[in-house]
Amino acid sequence: MTSGASLLSRGFIALTLSLSTERAVAGDSEGQADPLNSPAWNYVRARFFDRQPVVFDDRVKVVAPANAEDPLDVPVMVEAPGLSDVEEVIVIADLNPIQKILSLTPTQAVPGLSFRFKVEQSTPIRAAMRTKDGVWHFGGTWLSAAGGGCTTPSGGSSGLWQGHLGELKGRLWSRDDNQNQRLRLRVIHPMDTGLANGIPAFYIDRITVRDAKGMELATLNTYEPIAENPVISLDLRHQGPVTIDGHDIQGNTFGGEIRP
Amino acid sequence: MSRILLVAAGTVCLFALAVQAATNDYALKPSAVADGIYVLPGLTENFSRENGGNIVNTGFIVGSDGVIVIDTGPSRDYGRQQRASIATVTPLPVRQVYITHAHPDHFLGDQAYSPDLIAALPGTSAAIRKNGELLSDNLYRLVGGWMIGTEVVAPSQDAVSGPVTIAGRKLKLMAAAGHTDSDLMIFDEATKTLFTGDLVFHRRAATTPNADIARWLATLDEIDKLDFVVLVPGHGPVVRDHAAIAETRDYLRWLTRSLREAAAEGLDMAEVMNLPLPERFQSLSVVRTEYTRSVSHLYPAIELEALPPVVKSTP
Repeated sequence: MTSGASLLSRGFIALTLSLSTERAVAGDSEGQADPLNSPAWNYVRARFFDRQPVVFDDRVKVVAPANAEDPLDVPVMVEAPGLSDVEEVIVIADLNPIQKILSLTPTQAVPGLSFRFKVEQSTPIRAAMRTKDGVWHFGGTWLSAAGGGCTTPSGGSSGLWQGHLGELKGRLWSRDDNQNQRLRLRVIHPMDTGLANGIPAFYIDRITVRDAKGMELATLNTYEPIAENPVISLDLRHQGPVTIDGHDIQGNTFGGEIRP
Repeated sequence: MSRILLVAAGTVCLFALAVQAATNDYALKPSAVADGIYVLPGLTENFSRENGGNIVNTGFIVGSDGVIVIDTGPSRDYGRQQRASIATVTPLPVRQVYITHAHPDHFLGDQAYSPDLIAALPGTSAAIRKNGELLSDNLYRLVGGWMIGTEVVAPSQDAVSGPVTIAGRKLKLMAAAGHTDSDLMIFDEATKTLFTGDLVFHRRAATTPNADIARWLATLDEIDKLDFVVLVPGHGPVVRDHAAIAETRDYLRWLTRSLREAAAEGLDMAEVMNLPLPERFQSLSVVRTEYTRSVSHLYPAIELEALPPVVKSTP
């Protein structure tokens, strides 16, 4: 494992060196090796980013523990300090049976977020950020995992959701000299993947954050791999109360207002 | 000529490596810590393919006509080698085996002993029956071939709090909780030696996968009141004072306090994992790894305390 990691980091260093020039020339990864050396990179690229310009960009950071202590609940933070005009963020785990974890439209929000997800086996986790010019900027990291996260039934645990579906907890914190607000949100939901025997897919597929007037601040499209009872953190470019509205794939809705 | 010698030497080395791999030698050396009390000290590391899981202190007490074993280590081979190391000290048979708690480095050597000699708290036996296979599988993933042939053996006797005499040694069994929901301590009256299991760590960061920190801290206060001369922690060097208790308490108090503060400030789990650690804990083995694991174990409950319910709006 140690030698594998050092091989990877060597590859990464080599790539970082070559990146600085390549990024300046073209907004496309043609000819660039995947810094994560993922066996699924070509597939991920073709499936989600076909014919779109992509570039590996070390400003896009994915922070996760090296090992998944709990494969059902792996924390991930995505951020891109130094990258502006981001219009969409997609997070993908290459080797999960369901690869796409979420997408975020940060209308009035810092492009990035924190969340937890279920992992099936060791995998790269990537964030792709589309800037106004249409280029997808990729960053990522490897996560080592014993796995089983996606095929394990969720609520097998508590069954908490059966009486509390869609119940919200949340809070706002002022950040960065009152420039931004940190929103933390938790929704009770089983987030069943459909991959566990006898349990159909059942997950939240959209969460929207708005200001008091109903103007959109951020929209999240979430998918099966998000952990049970999702906890999500966003930094909003907005001060004051926000409202949350969302729904799952069966049309159950949830929402509420959070005041600073 | 020298080339031939080199090749020959290389072959010998390879052969030696192969032999070591085949026998999974834990190199257990009994260390006498009091009259008739021996510890097989483990490394203060995490599980790895190099150490084979020998990161735990196990021990044994030699009585007038038999031996009491405390914890059996991480694998079948460890248990067998533990038995062999006991035989280097005494020809007396093993009369009793105590398992302190249901973590894999403490009970997976059970196969080396007759199942009817093995005792644990009922909660420990239940947890071994429920999660033993999972824990064993996971340890196999972490240490590899050292686990060959290891099978889960659940204790067949219930350990009961109170005094007991085995092989002429007066012992006091103490049921406690905090590190897990069933933690057994064994006290030898003659030498005032206390085996704490993983309720006490020493110079190695505590682990928390099944911990209840408030209960654990309360238990540490009780341990602090005990009149012992020698304390054998679950991990880390044996001590003759209360320093290891204080160290474990300091770390656990700091851990919960700093996680509560992080939750009150609105930090997310991945951010909390990367917070700097205080200077005084830097000398603890594997502290960064264990801290990161502990955030996974403890933060989900702690962060909810900092998130108030949101009043439902009508969509």
